Amino acid sequence: MTATREPILSVRGLEKHFPIKGGGLIKRTVGAVRAVDGLDLDLYPGEVLGLVGESGCGKSTTGRAILNLQPATGGSVVFQGREIVGLGRKEMRPLRRDIQIVFQDPYASLNPRLPVFDIVAEPLIIHGLTKDEAELRERVRTLVETVGLNPEHTNRYPAEFSGGQRQRIGIARALALEPKVLVLDEPVSALDVSIQAGVINLLEDLKERLGLSYLFIAHDLSVVRHISDRVAVMYLGKIIEVAPRDELFDRPTHPYTQALLSAIPLPDPRLERSRQRIIITGDVPSPANPPSGCRFRTRCQKFAGELTDTQREKCLTVEPLLESRGEGHTSACHYAEATKVL
Amino acid sequence: MSTSSGALEQGRTQARPVDPDVPLLAVEDLNVRFPTEDGLVHAVRGVDYTLRSGEVLGIVGESGSGKSVTSLAVMGLLPGSARVSGSVRYRGQELLGQSDRAMSRVRGKGVSMIFQDPMTSLDPVYRVGFQIEETLRAHDPKLSSKAAQARAADLLAMVGIPNAAERVRSYPHEFSGGMRQRVVIAIAMANQPDVIIADEPTTALDVTVQAQILEVLQKALSETGAAMVLITHDLGVVAGIADRVLVMYAGRPVEIGAVEDIYYEPRMPYTLGLLGSLPRLDASTKQRLTPIKGSPPSVVNMPPGCPFAPRCPLHVAECDVVEPELLDVGGGHTAACIRVDEVGKAHGEASALFDETADDAVLASQPDPATTPEGATS
Ligand SMILES: Nc1ncnc2c1ncn2[C@@H]1O[C@H](COP(=O)(O)OP(=O)(O)OP(=O)(O)O)[C@@H](O)[C@H]1O
Ligand SMILES: Nc1ncnc2c1ncn2[C@@H]1O[C@H](COP(=O)(O)OP(=O)(O)OP(=O)(O)O)[C@@H](O)[C@H]1O
Ligand code: SF4
Ligand code: SF4
Ligand SMILES: [Mg+2]
Ligand SMILES: [Mg+2]
Repeated sequence: MTATREPILSVRGLEKHFPIKGGGLIKRTVGAVRAVDGLDLDLYPGEVLGLVGESGCGKSTTGRAILNLQPATGGSVVFQGREIVGLGRKEMRPLRRDIQIVFQDPYASLNPRLPVFDIVAEPLIIHGLTKDEAELRERVRTLVETVGLNPEHTNRYPAEFSGGQRQRIGIARALALEPKVLVLDEPVSALDVSIQAGVINLLEDLKERLGLSYLFIAHDLSVVRHISDRVAVMYLGKIIEVAPRDELFDRPTHPYTQALLSAIPLPDPRLERSRQRIIITGDVPSPANPPSGCRFRTRCQKFAGELTDTQREKCLTVEPLLESRGEGHTSACHYAEATKVL
Repeated sequence: MSTSSGALEQGRTQARPVDPDVPLLAVEDLNVRFPTEDGLVHAVRGVDYTLRSGEVLGIVGESGSGKSVTSLAVMGLLPGSARVSGSVRYRGQELLGQSDRAMSRVRGKGVSMIFQDPMTSLDPVYRVGFQIEETLRAHDPKLSSKAAQARAADLLAMVGIPNAAERVRSYPHEFSGGMRQRVVIAIAMANQPDVIIADEPTTALDVTVQAQILEVLQKALSETGAAMVLITHDLGVVAGIADRVLVMYAGRPVEIGAVEDIYYEPRMPYTLGLLGSLPRLDASTKQRLTPIKGSPPSVVNMPPGCPFAPRCPLHVAECDVVEPELLDVGGGHTAACIRVDEVGKAHGEASALFDETADDAVLASQPDPATTPEGATS
């Protein structure tokens, strides 16, 4: 099992706080958006770890902090045995070859003024990885074919391709340096389902063929269940539950995971109409001012509907930590209980 | 005041004539064309549907398939440049070509609309309570301000806004996205319309908030008996609340039927392909997805024949002759495909027709004529 191996990427207590500046002439820092607020995760070689959560819970910030694109304000990120937090641009460069990121928006993440050939070739040129023009052409051709595009069309510009094709171009570029780890930040969220499916299949194939590991960030839990080996659920800057994929979907123990799974509509009319749905109230609180104790308590169905006042006291005052709920399964709730919701 | 159960029951001032044989909303051969620099964009190419009292019709389809333009045409909300033809009848009364004044009498009271972005319907400078009261007064000028205020608070409470009596004094910016969409639903329901057209009402929301909003919408429908056209790309949302489903492709309906027929016995390859592309939350086995190769055609200068042909695994030469009409396959189920029988044999199992490919090279060899190479010119 993966658990006995060394993680290729190990994150501990990761923090990314954004200062909030006050008004007036002297912009003093008056607080902080605690976008990522003490996050632990491990990624093992060859696995897909899904990172899910609602908008604003800190998924993208986590991805950027792991790659040091936006330096963390605290904690540790160890990649292949090396601490990344605190490294400067130059020191990061050799590591960049091994860990790459693919962004959500295929429209914004490619330079519209460059033909596809240049977009894919750029990282190879920057890192001086090809000895001559002929080798460069050959490498780009292979990469473009790898992502299922026609290599005859590399002289075209991003605008001439559809959304799904553009996302493939972004993936080809990320693969140019033969990385070991890909951080995929909502790689299919902007695509229509019929096109999304092709990109998901591509990512699955590439993982097998090239022995990659993915940190797969998404808010769509159906996609995450499909592609992941393990899944981590985030709420307000923290991981609240991690488990092997089927374990998480079949035996979720955290009330938030349960509510999230229950809220997702299934594309199956009979099933969908016979389901019992947990509907939680309210919206996600501001990460500038997270609730005391358990961050989920303001919306927790268990807190509101099941617990006694004495039990609630603990939710209000003591922050729950990730505790073991079985093999490779942890969750952060004082009253965690496995429940079937699907 | 009245002692009726829900806020929405109150204020139903006059009974409308109900003729069960006349559908609430009947759209026939609706066409919308936009003149653009690239040529005439034929965004909606012959949409027909009817909506009966109390019914929920789900409209699904990929981005750009014409879902929003169809609805804007029904509401008379398209820009002046749009060329609209066909017929849209509400309770037998033709809406196309009506004056703005006549249309504003229909909007809100007869047919009202909910958009994806709540700020399309809300004015940032007015308190939400006032905006609801304005809507009420627009259709009932005799309503006293006290009664209007009371109903505004009732409506906010109905859509699940806590402390509604106080929150009527809030401005839209003081609400979260989910709360704003609740306010929009309150406004849309204020005058008990017969028909609500909701265009992606939950797409911008988180899934836990989406569940809340869908519940509010369903409650509002059951309290008023209103019918709804629900536009969404989320096949899960439609599965949960639609009675009938209309699948759009390249500006036209390609399949219409009862929700179970569409999901379990689709007869148009595109519908089948869409279902096979969806990863399932409730699937524990790792089944490969079956994507549809390529992307939808441009609606500028469409070639003759079936618009799905370049992506269709069942394509034969005959498909390219004329665009297939909606064919009746029984039970109020129609599909625009000349090979409905072969599609039927798959019984909703997409892998029977579609490949489990990760390749997209086919698509790269078909440049989309609608897109211009911006990068090349600058
Ligand atoms: N540069 C920044 N300055 C201040 N706050 C920021 C910045 N970037 C992100 N945030 C805040 O940090 C929080 C987490 O944002 P992040 O983009 O990581 O969320 P996410 O989980 O990726 O959400 P989504 O699903 O919408 O992409 C949000 O509250 C966001 O507003
Ligand atoms: N004002 C306009 N002028 C020109 N073309 C337009 C205009 N409005 C819409 N279109 C085009 O009409 C087509 C249909 O658009 P529509 O907004 O109805 O799609 P949709 O199905 O609602 O897509 P989505 O799922 O992305 O909302 C698109 O090709 C769009 O670019
Ligand atoms: S710790 Fe308490 S409030 Fe938090 S999730 Fe568990 S039961 Fe709910
Ligand atoms: S008419 Fe032909 S091309 Fe069109 S959907 Fe049917 S089989 Fe496919
Ligand atoms: Mg994000
Ligand atoms: Mg639309």
